[in-house]
Formats: sequence, structure tokens, C-alpha cells
Amino acid sequence: MRSDRGQRAPLGLKIAAACGLLFLHLPILLIFVYAFTTEEKSFVWPPPGLTTQWFAVTWNRPDVWDALSLSVRVAAISTAIALVLGTLCAAAVSQTRFFGREAISLLVILPIALPGIITGIALRSAFALADIPFSFWTIVLGHATFCVVVVYNNAVARFRRTSGSMIEASMDLGADGFQTFRHVVLPNIATALLAGGMLAFALSFDEVIVTTFTAGQQQTVPIWMLEELIRPRQRPVTNVVAMVVVLVTLLPILFAYYLTRDGDQIAGSGK
Amino acid sequence: MTSAVSFKKVSRHFGSVRAVDAVDLEIAPGEFFAMLGPSGSGKTTCLRLIAGFEQPTAGSISIFGERAEGVPPYRRNVNTVFQDYALFPHLNVLDNVAYGLMVKGVGKAERLKAAEEALSLVRLPGYGARRPGQLSGGQRQRVALARALVNQPKVLLLDEPLGALDLKLRENMQEELKSLQKVLGITFVFVTHDQGEALSMADRVAVFNDGRIMQVGTPEDIYQRPNTRFVADFVGSSNVLPPDFVQRYSGQHRWGSLRPESIRVSSATSGDGVAARLVGTNYLGATTRLALDADGLRLHAVVPAGTSLPPEGEAVMLTFNRDSLHLMDETA
Repeated sequence: MRSDRGQRAPLGLKIAAACGLLFLHLPILLIFVYAFTTEEKSFVWPPPGLTTQWFAVTWNRPDVWDALSLSVRVAAISTAIALVLGTLCAAAVSQTRFFGREAISLLVILPIALPGIITGIALRSAFALADIPFSFWTIVLGHATFCVVVVYNNAVARFRRTSGSMIEASMDLGADGFQTFRHVVLPNIATALLAGGMLAFALSFDEVIVTTFTAGQQQTVPIWMLEELIRPRQRPVTNVVAMVVVLVTLLPILFAYYLTRDGDQIAGSGK
Repeated sequence: MTSAVSFKKVSRHFGSVRAVDAVDLEIAPGEFFAMLGPSGSGKTTCLRLIAGFEQPTAGSISIFGERAEGVPPYRRNVNTVFQDYALFPHLNVLDNVAYGLMVKGVGKAERLKAAEEALSLVRLPGYGARRPGQLSGGQRQRVALARALVNQPKVLLLDEPLGALDLKLRENMQEELKSLQKVLGITFVFVTHDQGEALSMADRVAVFNDGRIMQVGTPEDIYQRPNTRFVADFVGSSNVLPPDFVQRYSGQHRWGSLRPESIRVSSATSGDGVAARLVGTNYLGATTRLALDADGLRLHAVVPAGTSLPPEGEAVMLTFNRDSLHLMDETA
């Protein structure tokens, strides 16, 4: 049987596809709608009335700002750590041959393959064992474990496509190690790092499980949301924050996708 | 006079593999020097030792009298044209050529002017704004050449630079490289596995095998007077003759070599010469290559096209000039 490109898909298939997409995205749209509802105690359908007052309420809630600021700082610093470590690791694995290379490659990817709860428990017991008090930095460390993977995956794919003799050519033309990195290596892996960094940022921003195990009293945005759902008070504020989170995570992922769409990068966004 | 490049008992071993094994080599300033050998013979490793990408396991290397061991590639006044050209894909052609001057801190206007001149030298003026990806293989090759030459190296290293080009382009580039080298007077060291290329371009050729130099000499030396069976066979596929055979014609019990074009083939069945049987003909255009069987000894002869030949399988008589039978130093 031939499948012509111009042939129209059967109606049943179209309906099934539409249902699948609706199932995936309708709940997200509902969250957006409830951000404008006038009912504050519970979510009733249809909303009794529409209002934009919750945006103002959210703006004036200090706990929202604390959570947002913590999340952004954690995501930024974890991403920065991941960029440095992930790039170094990718360079080592793809540019040189050494004993245990494959094993290291696997060990680096492992944190993203393991369930988050394992990573969380492992880190929590490690911190307890080493007598490290839970703080901003323990959250950052927890997030860095899986952020490194995303950067590593992107960088290693790019390094594989970069000719090894280019680095030799640069050295041959008189550039030392630092100049070679700055003028040849970095421009060639820049888009891969940008894409990896954005994915890492997005992953860190909405991470719950590892954070619950590694955070002390602080609340990142997702943790704050969970708390809000248990103690109903100005419920639509949660929805307003959810909208912001969706936008903050979606835009970088779209941009990263756009940057690497003609490449062969493995995004590794399975968390 | 100081040699441009001097190897003294240089070895480079990778574990148990002796890529380069106790090599002695002197390359004169301004010379066009070819390193010829099959793949894995150590010629590329020798080039990388000069460039500084490899360090010798033993022995000493000097470049224009300066010791080179331990000196990193970026502090040697030597530049390389890589086999895959290794152009920087994120820079345009002009910035590629100006790269060496850029990292040395030469001002922008000055280095772009020098790069433009280097592009004219390789007959690519006005190509500066293009990306390497927009060029053909031959053009990329010229950019790689310009990028190396703009630094005014004392020694230019070329690693199989013509390997990726088609035949016509390769012939043009051979002539061009040779005249460029004459004009610039820079020492060229050229690695190739193509004996025709080495013979046609180089002032002197070193033939490599198994990490050692088998013979160094002018193309004529190498071709006419090979000193070992390997050189005779690798350079121009000479007929290597066993000592017993050679003794009958020269009186000396030594290995000999006889060029295919030195053998005359006639269909006479008696008289002076070597009786043989024609087992195959191979039409090559200007010449015809004959496979011959002389009592179990496989020989090749090259005769001009149009020579009248007996049909395959017939007996023929081979004659050759005694002077063209070259006796090799190699012990029998």
C-alpha cells in the first residue's frame, strides 16, 4: 500500500488526534481561565464571573515574590554550574580517549535516568551524613545534578560534529589553549550551550521532588504552589503564578528547540 | 649550513607500536621535501613531530637550529595545511586567513590587508566574505594554504593536501604548489602516499616503511636506483628480481630491480633474451601494461600503445638493456 502525501487522513484519525491534543492541553487552558475567576474558595465551572483583580493581589503578596526570586536564583546558579561542569565533561569524553570513558559518560547521564525521589533521598542522606544544614546551596547542588546532564548531552553532541583538527589548526596558527577555546571552541559550541542552558534553567525552575528533599524552610515556586493547594486562601493567585511559570518555562524551551532544530542534539528533557 | 629541519635518532612510540623508529633526517632550507610511504608507515607522525602535535619518545628535533622538543605548536614558526583543511566554519574566508595574525595581536586593518594579499597569492582574490561551507574542495584547499602562508612560516607542512581533490585539479595544484614554493623560497615538507606526486613535485624524497626511512634521495635516485626491494616495488612498481635471476645477467648474486618500461617484448621464439608467456594486457591509454610469466617469475612490462602484440597466452621473448638492470644494496 502506498501512502500519498496529498492523501487526506481519515476522519476517525483526525478526531483521535484532536482528542489526544485536547486531553494534553485543555487542563492547562483551564488553569489560565481560573486565573480570572471571581470565586476565591473553590474552582467551580463555569466561573461565576471574570476579573483581573488576582493579578494585583498576586503582585502585592510578598510570599510569591520570595518564592519566585528563590526559584530564579536557584535556576540561574544551577545552570551556571551545569554549564561549566557539563562542558568540561563533554570535552573530556569527546576529545580524548582514556580508561573508563564510557563508564563516566553513563554515570553523568544517570541522575536524569534515575527517579527524582532516589536522587532526593540520596542527597538528603548525604547532606545529613556530612552534617550540612539545608540551605539555598543544598537546593542548588540538588538541581545541578540533573542540570549537568542536559548541558552535557547538548555539548557532547556538538563536540562530536566538530572536527578535532580544527583545534590543532588553531594551535598551529599560534593560538594558545585559552585563545583556542575563546576563538574556536566556544563559537562552535555556543548555540548548543545556550540550548542546554535554557533547558537546564527550565528543568530547575519547575523541579519539585529533589527540592523537597534538599530544601530547608525556603519555598521555590512549585513547592509554594503545593502548599497553596493544601491551604486554600485566595486560590486564583496560584493560577496566576502557574501562568507565569508556564510562560517562563515554555519560552526558553521553544527557543532552545528553534536553535537546535537542524542539529542532532539530544535534549534529554525527560525529567 | 643549519638544516631547516633536523631529526636525530627520533622515535615516537605509542605503547608497543613504533610509529617512528630512530629516524635521522636533514631537510635543507628552501627545499621541497616529500615524505612518501604507505599508510601507517610513520610519515604523518613525522610531520606531526615537526608541527609539535606529537613529542618524540626519544631523540632530538631541531628547526632552524632551535631545539623543538617540548615547544608547543603555537610557539613554533611552522604552519600546517591539514588533510581535511580544518577551516573554521564560524568565520568567513578572510577571518580564517587572518586568524594567525589575529591571535598574535596584529591590528585589524593590517591583518585583513595581509589576508587579502595571501588570498591573491593563492588566486582567490575577493573570496574573503564567503563562508568555508560555500567553497569547493579546491578552493578550501587554497584558503587553507593562504591561512598557513600569511604567517610567513619558516617551514610549511602539507599533510596529503591533494588527497581529496579530483585528478585534473590535483595536477593543477601540483604545478601551482611547486611554483609557489619557488617564488616564496619557504621550506615545504609534504606528506603523500602517491609516488607520482612525490616524484613530480619534490626536490628530494624520503621513502618511509614501518616507522623507518628506507631511502632518501632525488626523485631520480629513488626511481632509478632504489636501494631496497620495498622502495623498488612501492615507487613505480618496479620488477623486483631475485638474486638467482640477477646472477644470470649481471654475474652478481644480489637483488635487482628492472623498470617495466625498460623491458622490450617481441614475439620471437628463439634468440637472446628471457623466454616468457604473456598472461595479461592492461590498456592504459598512452601505454599498455603487460603481465608476463617468465618460468614462474611474474614480471610487468609497459610498452607504448600501438605496439603489435601476440595474443594472450602466447610465448614471447623479453629483452632489456643490461644498464637498466639496477642492483640493490639489500643483502641477498
